[in-house]
Amino acid sequence: MTYKLQFAELLPYWDVLLQGLIFTIILTLVSTAAGIAVGTAGASLRTFGPKWAGAIVTTYVELIRNTPFIVQLFFIFFGLPAAGVMLSETTAAFLAMTINLGAYSTEIIRAGIQAVPKGHVDAGVSLAMTKWEVLRHIILNQAFRKIYPALSSQIIIVMLGSAVVSQISAQDLTYAANFVASRNFRNFEVYLLAALAYLLLAMLTRSLLRGLGRVIFKAK
Amino acid sequence: MLQFSFWDILSNLLIATQWTIVLSLIAFVCGGVVGLILLFMRVSGVTPLEWFTKGYIEFFQGTPLLMQLFLFFFGIALFGVEVSPWMAATLALTFWTSAFLTEIWRGCVDSIPKGQWEASSSLALTYIEQMRYVILPQASRIAVAPTVGFSVQVVKGTALASIIGFVELTKAGTMLNNATFRPFLVYSLVALIYFCLCYPLSWGAKKLEGRLNVAR
Amino acid sequence: MSLVSIRDVRKSFGELEVLKGVSLEVAKGDVVAIIGRSGSGKSTLLRCINGLETYQAGSILADGIEVGGLHANLRELRRHVGMVFQQFNLFPHLTVAENVMLAQTVVNKTPKKEARDTAAEVLAKVGLSEKMDAWPSQLSGGQQQRVAIARSLAMRPKVLLCDEITSALDPELVNEVLRVVEQLAKEGMTLILVTHEMRFARDVGTNLVFMHHGKVHETGAPKEVFAAPKTPELQQFVAGTGH
Repeated sequence: MTYKLQFAELLPYWDVLLQGLIFTIILTLVSTAAGIAVGTAGASLRTFGPKWAGAIVTTYVELIRNTPFIVQLFFIFFGLPAAGVMLSETTAAFLAMTINLGAYSTEIIRAGIQAVPKGHVDAGVSLAMTKWEVLRHIILNQAFRKIYPALSSQIIIVMLGSAVVSQISAQDLTYAANFVASRNFRNFEVYLLAALAYLLLAMLTRSLLRGLGRVIFKAK
Repeated sequence: MLQFSFWDILSNLLIATQWTIVLSLIAFVCGGVVGLILLFMRVSGVTPLEWFTKGYIEFFQGTPLLMQLFLFFFGIALFGVEVSPWMAATLALTFWTSAFLTEIWRGCVDSIPKGQWEASSSLALTYIEQMRYVILPQASRIAVAPTVGFSVQVVKGTALASIIGFVELTKAGTMLNNATFRPFLVYSLVALIYFCLCYPLSWGAKKLEGRLNVAR
Repeated sequence: MSLVSIRDVRKSFGELEVLKGVSLEVAKGDVVAIIGRSGSGKSTLLRCINGLETYQAGSILADGIEVGGLHANLRELRRHVGMVFQQFNLFPHLTVAENVMLAQTVVNKTPKKEARDTAAEVLAKVGLSEKMDAWPSQLSGGQQQRVAIARSLAMRPKVLLCDEITSALDPELVNEVLRVVEQLAKEGMTLILVTHEMRFARDVGTNLVFMHHGKVHETGAPKEVFAAPKTPELQQFVAGTGH
């Protein structure tokens, strides 16, 4: 190999890359929160809602799970304006990620809800709890405890998938890496650095979520 | 300017879909072969081999597929080799697929009782023979459903090859969009075609899983 | 010369020392019954003989092959040392005949037809001729264990290790398995058994080994040892088993 790797040439761009990294983190945080909210609503609707609502949720989940994220993103960013809905690249990125995680978490949370023994629901009802109280305190509480690991993995998958939002010019870490590469032509070096940053972020997220899980679901 | 009818758009997309299918098949088959080799290393009990596979899996599962595509595209060029998007996409998708398949299959191997290993080793079978005749025949039955399920991820993963310039379904969609300025129609069709490719696989995986649970 | 020669073998699982210097000689045709409380190290000792467990000190020679060490020829060793497990461990994806043929064809490269003849012969010996093409899941526990014995016999082992082979069986199925083992003993097979069947140990065994706290605590001819145990630990153990 005659080529010499030149990581020093990335130094002048550290602030660009850092900004991209921060954008990726915020994008992940916000769409995780929103996506889980969508998933909780979707799973509840599908399990306890009317049949037609369940059918809509199922269609949504299957459509999202069986198409690539990048196509969903392009549809939202390029396709929707044609239907009169204009979105900034940042909003489109948030929206696409929320919709994507929402579908996966609907499916994950639904499995958790189904694993809650029916006797627990009866017990709650017999304690004069309302439907909502049973859902919140008995069903969802237990369901989340069960599916927490699966949900954590999905959050990391979505975080890694977010690299694609660079393709609509949302200014995430990958966008920053593309920018740097276009300036100094050190493609391999900058993408290697970005890949390692993602790897670190994934490992960090995993251990943070694990720690958070221990706090939320204190050993009971 | 050329006029594109609905059928022009659809037929162009379907032609490009062939490449999505070819790339998916190659990634899945090659990824399966590499994954099988990695699986033998991963459960070999030989520490350096296990560490290597763990690191490999951590890297390919812990970084974006898009970064992997970039790294292969620009990394191979460093060796002075002419890289086509086709080659970079094939390599990146193969390695990415193999990491996930190895991890899925390891779970299946781990679920085989320890006694099967002990009985076969006390019959003087070597490690390779144990895997070949005793462990894998049993593990593969459990592995079918999640493996089919993962094939959906492979098909969707090929969409990213469009970003390094490989003309498959997504790239064709982008090109047609630029030519027709009908993004709503084009991307709806693109999504629909992906759905038609992926949904049968998802459905099949679910059915297989159900059948296995009944069989137990 | 001894067929199996165990000299001062020591083994620990982390902090816990389970074998604290065990020595034992087994000659051709011996039927050695190893008894003792759970945790006395008897199963671990048995598993060391064919290399399923490693040990830290001492030496084990089986049929002239050193078991321990980095370059132990375990494949050659295991061709001559058979093992039967408490949980049978039949291969559920293979028929009875295929279970018995597997090691012959894979390890010894015996042609299929010859291997099947051998399978028929050893299955007849354990009384399961008519089950050749059955699946393990269709058999009772006692039948499964007899297939497991046949599977080992098909390799023509010089010594057969039996690790509590009746402990997982319903009481009414124990005898059919013991009868097979007794027949093997009569035919001169060298056997090393870890067992809880005291009557069997006394009637069929040629040597009795009582293990206690990771050591061979008392040993001798079964009938004499059972009639007059020398150590208080064995006296207590024999009394406790209601013998």
